[in-house]
Amino acid sequence: MASDAAVTTADETRMGSVVNDWSADKQTFEVPWGKAMMWIFLLSDTFIFSSFLVGYMHVRIASTIPWPVPSEVFALSFGGDPIPLILIAIMTFILITSSGTMALAVNYGYRRNKKVTFWLMVATALLGASFVGMQAFEWTKLIVEEGVRPWSNPMGAPQFGSVFFMITGFHGMHVSAGVIYLLLIANRVRRGDYDKSGTYETVEIAGLYWHFVDLVWVFIFAFFYLW
Amino acid sequence: MSATEGQQHPLGIYLWIWALLFVLSTLSYMVDYMNFQGYLRWTLILVFMFLKAGFIIAIFMHMAWERMALITAILLPPALLLFLIGLMALEGDYIFQIREFVYSVIEFTPISPHH
Repeated sequence: MASDAAVTTADETRMGSVVNDWSADKQTFEVPWGKAMMWIFLLSDTFIFSSFLVGYMHVRIASTIPWPVPSEVFALSFGGDPIPLILIAIMTFILITSSGTMALAVNYGYRRNKKVTFWLMVATALLGASFVGMQAFEWTKLIVEEGVRPWSNPMGAPQFGSVFFMITGFHGMHVSAGVIYLLLIANRVRRGDYDKSGTYETVEIAGLYWHFVDLVWVFIFAFFYLW
Repeated sequence: MSATEGQQHPLGIYLWIWALLFVLSTLSYMVDYMNFQGYLRWTLILVFMFLKAGFIIAIFMHMAWERMALITAILLPPALLLFLIGLMALEGDYIFQIREFVYSVIEFTPISPHH
């Protein structure tokens, strides 16, 4: 009875569907529960990362001591002139590729192709793990060679270190958790759990989380490394 | 079962968007490599960033095919963050101005602590 109110009518406009959805007595979002929950979790995570990035913005705007130039700090040389931001560029491409493999995995999941879905998810996880490895290399280089600390660094504004470690640390933690999550779900795919349960939604939900991790990196890359 | 089951689209669209994201990432990187500065730099950074974010959310995360109620519930709150960003940028600038003023008056220059 209550769900009747949520049924879309033939001439319902998009905004009309909003009214119908919110008027339903039982269920607002006509999507699988897990999907709605993941979206709401990602919304909360968006606020967390936004508060870090806004804090960074404020600290950098208010600093009278010049902020270190990221393209110089994160340049790597392979025997010749230092190439600005090269490792960061590679990391970005790796994460974009992993989003691509994840999107394909979701697609193949809905086609019920266990094998391809499994391997695409494993590929995604491996790319994510390599991203974290590169970030760990970056951290090591900054801490050991450049002397960057949360409270000071030789290059400029003392808050640079704490901002960098906090933001990339939280992001790297999310990537690491995502790698484990993906491998767990991939194993369930391989085992046939979702043929049994009848739906591959769980792969799509895992995909939402992974795309979010890539999304956060898009913002970090733009605001911290490029700006 | 809800209409989201079998919410699959031809593989091609994902491959196209994937390629587009590569192109946008390369362009983002070029902004730094070409050493653009000032407003041109910041505008390009933001444009490419929002384009990438938009495509990831709309296509990879399926948002373009979701119900409007879900779209608004998820996208509207972060949009309101623009107010926070604006307010904090204004406040940050105020703090910067007042620091410059006070440091010049009391003849003090903050230096970065070294180890």
